[in-house]
Amino acid sequence: MSDHKTIKITVLRYRPEEEDAPTEQTYEVEFRDDWVVLDALNHIKDHIDGTLSFRWSCRMGVCGSCGMMVNGEPKLTCAAMLRDYYPKEVRVEPLVNFPIVRDLVTDMTDFMDKLKAVKPWIIREEEKPVSEGEYRQTPDQLKDYKQFSQCINCMLCYAACPVYGLEHDFVGPAAIALGHRYNLDSRDEGIQQRQHVIASKEGIWECTYVGECSVVCPKHVDPAEAIQQTKVATTTNRFKSLVMPWGNKT
Amino acid sequence: MNYKEHKSEPFWWGMFSQGGVIAALLIPIHIFLGGIAVHLGLIDAELMSHERLTGLLQNPLVKLYLCVLLIFTLYHAAHRIRFTLAEIGLHSLAKVLPFLCYGGALVGTAVVLYILWVLF
Repeated sequence: MSDHKTIKITVLRYRPEEEDAPTEQTYEVEFRDDWVVLDALNHIKDHIDGTLSFRWSCRMGVCGSCGMMVNGEPKLTCAAMLRDYYPKEVRVEPLVNFPIVRDLVTDMTDFMDKLKAVKPWIIREEEKPVSEGEYRQTPDQLKDYKQFSQCINCMLCYAACPVYGLEHDFVGPAAIALGHRYNLDSRDEGIQQRQHVIASKEGIWECTYVGECSVVCPKHVDPAEAIQQTKVATTTNRFKSLVMPWGNKT
Repeated sequence: MNYKEHKSEPFWWGMFSQGGVIAALLIPIHIFLGGIAVHLGLIDAELMSHERLTGLLQNPLVKLYLCVLLIFTLYHAAHRIRFTLAEIGLHSLAKVLPFLCYGGALVGTAVVLYILWVLF
């Protein structure tokens, strides 16, 4: 008897030109101890079925392209070891809460629109000329936002968020965390330009602090904490402006 | 999408948040004192008797304490119930739920004030 181990990978397939609804397809691939789910998908694509579509790029948890549902959990497939599932079957589906374009590829338009809406870049009231040098920052000022700057836009948090699943207008964990990242940056002066998005009904107030976004985040950004911090700051400022309407409104 | 800052939500969330702290820190103490400690004989039942406790209500500081304890937790409950109902399927009522839930808390506030300042 051969000691050639195999593992079953069941993949959700959707080819809009051929079928009206998604179906599934099971492939049996060689099991290797050092393979991740993405390796198995690439093996299928290269050797078994070239029609399977999925996104991937860096293979090392940096690009955020290969997020998929692995046995019902949002995961970066480049970081999901096959050995953690073996000998059970692995089920790979596209990230939930997003429309499917084809097979494991989802439509990211909604997320991209929300990301743009929070203006995730440094905003200055007035840019100083390049000749005056860079905007310097102390290590403590960097520490204030560094954790929230680690987001790779993989959208696992949107797939994990039950609120986004119910309410697609919700700005969502990653976009709010990135807006918060720039609001915390000592070089930034754009908090007022983001506030109407972040503190809107569709923004932080929609979040009920389930916390699944932070559980699945592969970069430990903790978007739930970003939302919570923003809620506290916005509430404190609102009460301050009621008690001291003449005060500095930030 | 046209976003607009939500001006009233910080108030309701602030009440929810304060109510949550109060509910988590103080309510368990009352459950322990009134519901467990007396029955286990850890404290003298006479200390928690109806006459003695209603007598304590004559002190305005006790009334103030009970106001904080009861009113904030009502808003905590109202906010939690509002979002829970919306998320378990009453999403179509999302616009009505704040009125129902916070309205209920406002009625509760009036009842607490009436009991503490009119009846006692």
